[in-house]
Amino acid sequence: MEYETVIGLEVHAQLLTDSKIFCGCSTKFGAAPNSHTCPICLGMPGVLPVLNRKVVEYTIKMGLATNCRINPEDVFARKNYFYPDLPKGYQISQFDRPLAEDGWVDIEIDGKKKRIGIIRIHMEEDAGKLVHDETSPFSYVDFNRTGVPLIEIVSRPDIRSPEEATFYLRRLHEILVYLEICDGNMEEGSFRCDANVSIRPGGAAEFGTRTELKNMNSFRNVQRALEYEVKRQQYVVEGGGKVAQETRLWDDAQGTTLSMRGKEEAHDYRYFPDPDLVPVAIDNAWIEEVRATLPELPMEKRERFIGEYGIPAYDAGVLTATRALAEFYEETVKLTGKPKIASNWVMGDVLRYLNEEKRDIRESPVKPSSLADMINLIERGTISGKMAKEVFEEMYRSGKGPEAIIEEKGLVQITDEDALKKTIEQVLAANPSEAEQYRSGKQKLFGFFVGQVMKATGGKANPAMVNDILKKILSGR
Amino acid sequence: MKLTKAEVEYVAALARLEFSEEEKEKFTSQLNSILDYMDMLNRVDTSGVVPETHAITLRNAFRDDVVWKSLEPEEAIKNAPEERGSCFRVPRVIE
Repeated sequence: MEYETVIGLEVHAQLLTDSKIFCGCSTKFGAAPNSHTCPICLGMPGVLPVLNRKVVEYTIKMGLATNCRINPEDVFARKNYFYPDLPKGYQISQFDRPLAEDGWVDIEIDGKKKRIGIIRIHMEEDAGKLVHDETSPFSYVDFNRTGVPLIEIVSRPDIRSPEEATFYLRRLHEILVYLEICDGNMEEGSFRCDANVSIRPGGAAEFGTRTELKNMNSFRNVQRALEYEVKRQQYVVEGGGKVAQETRLWDDAQGTTLSMRGKEEAHDYRYFPDPDLVPVAIDNAWIEEVRATLPELPMEKRERFIGEYGIPAYDAGVLTATRALAEFYEETVKLTGKPKIASNWVMGDVLRYLNEEKRDIRESPVKPSSLADMINLIERGTISGKMAKEVFEEMYRSGKGPEAIIEEKGLVQITDEDALKKTIEQVLAANPSEAEQYRSGKQKLFGFFVGQVMKATGGKANPAMVNDILKKILSGR
Repeated sequence: MKLTKAEVEYVAALARLEFSEEEKEKFTSQLNSILDYMDMLNRVDTSGVVPETHAITLRNAFRDDVVWKSLEPEEAIKNAPEERGSCFRVPRVIE
């Protein structure tokens, strides 16, 4: 039987604020255990949380970037449950009045666009970190992460395959990073994802029973976990069984999902409005103020690059992967007027050298201005494309400009026609039998002569001129 | 009776509270009398009143995103019944 897969995703993104959502403790990752805590985030009796304004601004930003409606009045609610990583016994979250609702993002797979709906985006606080002892019956609690601001982005069940799920996640990820409201680091948990998955017979109107998947900490694992879970559910159904509604953990090492049943109790969070936090009122002026700070988003930028610069979709995709890379590229184009050549250099040598050292484009020792200088030198014929490779490497290693390197290495291209003519004649004189063979029809030998000329000039001859002169001399005789 | 003893037991379990049979009876009747009082409030005509989640009308109490000095870890775990390496130590929570 043909089954249709239905997936909805819940994404938690850590916001890039300096301090926590309800207190002034630092949000920096990797500090000594419990060194970023205070009576508020430790949940001491009698303390009062005060909302970090930036959290609201960042959430509005994400809401606008994903076409959501920004609700004019938003309320924090307590989600009650007991777990050692939650010092207060409740998490401050939002329930029936989240900040943003009813949005969407478009994804594009093999040139085909699809719209994925977003139910809601709400603000909440993160929980602490638990470290389990392998050898003794203890867990250790570090509350540094407690109170770090999160937004939860809940999609509609519009996703129909594990592949679509990954594309949607990448899309959210790039938007968050473009907005500079989340660092997107999945290993450090700044961007996390849970998935609701079900299958139903093709054409059915009702959803099947869903399972919730957790513990997938990379795009690849999300796709693997979903693929596994879809197969597992098909196997259960085809065996005459029923899919149980439960939470399952992805086990990376085994490549399977495991039921959490038994450990899990009935969820009854008893949400109610948090009396310690007054409602947030967002008027149009505030929304417009935030809207004015929105950058051009990745998909729009991609489309503009294709239209404005005439570069292939592939190039546009690579060059808009981050805002900094897109800026680097655009700056280079502005200074050269050569979009495709600039694209080749940025995607080629620039990214290759940076990737070798796992460096970010912002750390590139070659700045757009010197890359542009170099491209202009090629265009003017001062150096050949081949020489430029060498020049670029030196620019990257030393941080020097192209002119200085060309001068130091004596790399200037030979464009003196008489000098080239003389060298070519010498080459022909030194290889009389090849010259004879060429003239009697062995045209393939042309490349041999070009090679000899380049060799004789130490690679400095202007290749286009060598071709012209060589053709003239060989045919002229 | 709006609230049954079973519901009291359920709420107690959610709150990790253990009660004797006697206490369960007592709380069931107490909670019911509170709900009866709520019923009285429900009789008030509120058709023209906007629902409020809070007793005060204040909106937007914010702080700026500024880092303050946190507690020293030794200070933070001072009340912990058990600790290790400046972490709170608790019974293991996963199998």
